[in-house]
Amino acid sequence: MDLLEYQGKQVFARHGVPVPSGRHAQTVDEAASAADDIGYPCVIKAQVQIGGRGKAGGIKVANSHDEAREHAGAILGMDIRGLTVHELWVEGASEIESEYYASVVFDRSAKAPLVMLSTKGGMDIEEVADSDPDAIARLHVDPLLGFQEFHGRRLAFEARVDPDVVRPVGAMLSKLYDVFVSEEATLVEVNPLIVTPERAVRALDAKVTLDDNALFRHADNAELRDPSAEDPQERMAKERGLTFVKLDGNIGILGNGAGLVMSTLDVVALAGGSPANFLDAGGGSKAEAITSAVEVILSNPNVNAVLFNIFGGITRCDEVARGLIEAFNQISPTVPFVVRLDGTNDVEGRALLAEANLPNVYAESTMDAAAAKVVELAAAS
Amino acid sequence: MSILIDASTKLVVSGITGREGTFHSLRNREYGTQVVGGVTPGKGGQDVEGIPVFNTFHSAVSETGANTAMIFVPPRFAADSILEAEDAGIELIIAITEGIPAHDELRTYTKIKQGGRSRLIGPNCPGILSPGKANVGIIPAAFFKQGNVGVVSRSGTLTYQIGNVLAQSGFGNSTIVGIGGDPVPGTDFIDVIGLFENDPETELIVMCGEIGGDNEERAAEFIADNVTKPVVAYIAGFTAPPGKTMGHAGAIVSGSRGTAKAKAEALEGKGVRVGRTPTEVAEIAVSLLGAAA
Repeated sequence: MDLLEYQGKQVFARHGVPVPSGRHAQTVDEAASAADDIGYPCVIKAQVQIGGRGKAGGIKVANSHDEAREHAGAILGMDIRGLTVHELWVEGASEIESEYYASVVFDRSAKAPLVMLSTKGGMDIEEVADSDPDAIARLHVDPLLGFQEFHGRRLAFEARVDPDVVRPVGAMLSKLYDVFVSEEATLVEVNPLIVTPERAVRALDAKVTLDDNALFRHADNAELRDPSAEDPQERMAKERGLTFVKLDGNIGILGNGAGLVMSTLDVVALAGGSPANFLDAGGGSKAEAITSAVEVILSNPNVNAVLFNIFGGITRCDEVARGLIEAFNQISPTVPFVVRLDGTNDVEGRALLAEANLPNVYAESTMDAAAAKVVELAAAS
Repeated sequence: MSILIDASTKLVVSGITGREGTFHSLRNREYGTQVVGGVTPGKGGQDVEGIPVFNTFHSAVSETGANTAMIFVPPRFAADSILEAEDAGIELIIAITEGIPAHDELRTYTKIKQGGRSRLIGPNCPGILSPGKANVGIIPAAFFKQGNVGVVSRSGTLTYQIGNVLAQSGFGNSTIVGIGGDPVPGTDFIDVIGLFENDPETELIVMCGEIGGDNEERAAEFIADNVTKPVVAYIAGFTAPPGKTMGHAGAIVSGSRGTAKAKAEALEGKGVRVGRTPTEVAEIAVSLLGAAA
């Protein structure tokens, strides 16, 4: 789960990471009143979970009440790379002498937290990593030991930050590590981390990704999830306990097991088709889960054919067949279905389908044949 | 002697009194695995169809001589259970549980690695099957027979799919190892491929990868430097969009990293044959084995 900038800054503040003070706003009036209270100049910032807000015109400095109204009006409702702006963050403008970059990431390759610091702040760090890798100081932390003061000093000296801010930058890294561990984040990034003319160190931005699997231990963070920002179809799937990802094609896909579903998408694409979704009905899927999944798939109007690819292990093919028959009884789909049932109780499952004689349902025995068939049907309809 | 598990495996199951734990423990025993005990705090002294239940891993180990653990408890208790098994001196810990918090996995992984006495397989994996010898986990054994193909995979059902095509072509498996779909697997492709390389029963290795991380890329380097047996690979997720988790917590393309294409190219660059579909993987394996025979 990605936090919005202002949510990240609120989390930072709880852990003593210095951030500019600001206020959240959802209307022009709220933004103008926040700006009046904060004082001018202030910055009006679009709150969307995507980079490049500044370039898109989503971050503006206001020098007066009228300017605050004007900018808030322009930014609210703006489309930034496909996301509509519904929320603003208004904060006092900071004077900037230096811009640094700091982050704590979950390094899968090293299987350890990785802390990074660079004096090349304000830029895309992946570009810095490519063009000037030596400009980034890096250090892995033993998760059982935690971040020590010497880690902060070492990173600050190696990144060659201004000598007078080595200590506050080190302290900032220590607090960011604390956010990473205590909030169970997989990413904590500050870009830019600024040094003001008064030589204060502050986080001017906040990018925080939280581990969804740990939200049960963080009730306050779990509440930050914004269901309105989610795709309605993905939300519907989540409510039904299905693992679902929306894609932009026209062939609905259902399978059991993440790897098999991913593979099914690939095989359909190789056969010339375009999948409309990823849907993993999970291990041991019961009939009602299948019925529910069919409803989720068909709620996408682009879907004009559906492929069921089931290899039964714990999942029993007869249960899947019952679920499909039940779905047909309840919602009478108008698009063709191709069903491949293999594995546990496959003979029983296929017999049930044959007996039910559902309209527009085609049984195939292999994954490749099923993919070819569904692509043919989708193209014809 | 197969890798990791065989007739000498003495299994203790954490969460044996839960519905899934009971079901799969009994299935594993039925297959021939020695299931010597279970652990459920507070239920020590009870039994599950004759399998004694203990309050702690330590008592289970001292009473039964267990050397292998299977973790079946819910995610919030799983890291604690893995650490308890390690503390009790269990050599091989197989964690089936899906949805363990990433920081729990990080601490668990680090502790086990620093301890140097246990090996962790998973979490979020289907377990290990050595056909004809032992089954620890949830792999449906009926689809697999004894043979010379070693399989290591991040995905369960995909493994069944490939194993099934191989079986239909007349080939069986030495051992099938599910390393799991999480971001911090206790055991990597490299570890298992190294074991297969030294396993006299394995003549060909199939590795089944997917998007996310750089495990497959590092396996490619390892294979080029250390492996003499033929390796056939499959990578799932060519059509996965970046930034979306495809079911497994570990299956996500971040920026330009972790794509299926990059993984397939890394493997092919080191001479590993990569099948574009599960069927093609099995066909390549069959042609290589046929040529060797």
